[in-house]
Amino acid sequence: MKVLVTVKEVASAGDDFTIEGTGIAESDLEYDLNEWDDYAVEAAVQLAEAGVADEVVGVTIGPERAEETIRMALAKGVDRAIRVWDDAFATGFPDVASKVDVFEAVVAEEEPDLVLSGVQAADDGFGATGVALAERIGFEHAAVVNHLDLDADAGLANVHRELEGGVEELTEVDLPAVLTVQTGLNEPRYASLRGIRQAQRKEIAATTLDDLGLTAEDVESALTLTSMYEPESESDAELIEGDAGEAATRLATILREKGVGAS
Amino acid sequence: MSDVLAVAEHRRGELRDVSAEVIMAGRELADALGGDLHLAVVAGDVDTFADELNREGVDAIHTVAEGEEFDHNVYQAAIAAVLDGTDAAAVVAPNSVNGLDYAPAVAEQHGLPLVTDAIDFEYDDGLTVTREMYGSKVETSVAVEGDRFALTIREGEWEPAAGEGDAPIEPVAIDSVESGARVAGFEEVGGGDVDIADADVLVSVGRGIEEEDNLELVEELAEALGATLSASRPIVDSGWLPKNRQVGQSGKVVTPDVYLAVGISGAVQHVTGMKGSDTIIAINSDPNAPIFDIADYGIVGDLFDVVPALIEEFE
Repeated sequence: MKVLVTVKEVASAGDDFTIEGTGIAESDLEYDLNEWDDYAVEAAVQLAEAGVADEVVGVTIGPERAEETIRMALAKGVDRAIRVWDDAFATGFPDVASKVDVFEAVVAEEEPDLVLSGVQAADDGFGATGVALAERIGFEHAAVVNHLDLDADAGLANVHRELEGGVEELTEVDLPAVLTVQTGLNEPRYASLRGIRQAQRKEIAATTLDDLGLTAEDVESALTLTSMYEPESESDAELIEGDAGEAATRLATILREKGVGAS
Repeated sequence: MSDVLAVAEHRRGELRDVSAEVIMAGRELADALGGDLHLAVVAGDVDTFADELNREGVDAIHTVAEGEEFDHNVYQAAIAAVLDGTDAAAVVAPNSVNGLDYAPAVAEQHGLPLVTDAIDFEYDDGLTVTREMYGSKVETSVAVEGDRFALTIREGEWEPAAGEGDAPIEPVAIDSVESGARVAGFEEVGGGDVDIADADVLVSVGRGIEEEDNLELVEELAEALGATLSASRPIVDSGWLPKNRQVGQSGKVVTPDVYLAVGISGAVQHVTGMKGSDTIIAINSDPNAPIFDIADYGIVGDLFDVVPALIEEFE
């Protein structure tokens, strides 16, 4: 079977950052592979290693800069990647449907049997693309999967969905399917030196909307990001000042007042 | 003018609290749009659930008695039937694990722009949703085009709807659903030797501990304080501590007398699990860490300096 993994290069902000307009200043951002997608990549690579998947293809919507991150996924064992980009994605705030437009076209081309996607992206935290994609392409789906047991012969994925409060739902999902992968599903590997070398020779196909038969109008977003600001601190915490020793002494007094360590 | 459809949530025979919150959020939206609020109750003991949720502000309740537990295919079919039979054009669902299993599909199916994880919204000639980005570091406003949309709301951000309503309760029939995603059962995770929910004092460790080897330090602190050790999600995901030690949305909800958070930034999923603690103390090197927003006492500093000093105080 063929597995398609959606991956995203996400930005994160350091402890100190400046907001410029409706975004964080470029110089305050660091880019990395989305944490959830790292688990999705690992799941796909494990399926390949187990002989279940014949090919693992990565797909991303991202600018040229994202290739560095995508190459890390290739170094971990993804066979090849497709990078779709259009300036329309850079200037606007893409909605779920426009991302799904892109992935739908890629699915039509690649015809995967299984799509693995992170539960959410660490930057915008929407958590919706995988399930919306499943609906569009007529695949079954399961969201927030933290255990996966694939029975390719039976055409089934036996998954656990991680519900709130320490409860897991055991679900049998018909293939083809989109599964959104929760952190903790597996232990994502580090790329080996050999993997990193091999990744240099793997293909990242730069793809335009035109290549996919789409136009900028197709991916027009119904959402506009109109403002970004730091939330007002609601903190009424008593901050304990001083060096580590002084702070520890004061904290020890507070803890003893609460009856901690009294025995 | 258009109506709003809110969707209730239940699990294993019990309504989840967020059901009353989607009613509240749905009522606000219905007022803004000048329409009625419909509530869909799908699967399980729909009559009991409908009675319980017949609160002030609900104009009509639609029950779909198909299946016992959550199944996104049933929810999708039920919501489609209710949208079809009413003037509802906006859908409000919980931003729960199950909400995220059907709401994006519903939005896609009906061509509704979707905004997830709303913490607030305003309506002024159009909907503007407040939501966080970059792991709660910033808040954003997202404007939605048009008056047809789907929204998922974060749990605990709206007051639960109260009072007694007198909405008519109407059963809605749907064709039986051959689901391609079948629930085989449930599993409680996090059993084992220790129940962190029973502890009076918790020392809880997060990503700031950096390496598995450093766990010894917080274990030593827990021992010195006579406390139980718990953790935030990344520690458990890394396999450094078992699942039964995890505090948060997908782990345990704890309410100890004292909760000492060490190197925990305080992501919303974690805070959900410990905000009911009597006294919250946070040690974190980032003064902007959201954990300080709910802490009673805070030390902004390097845990590798503060924790050894604190251990010494109790030896």
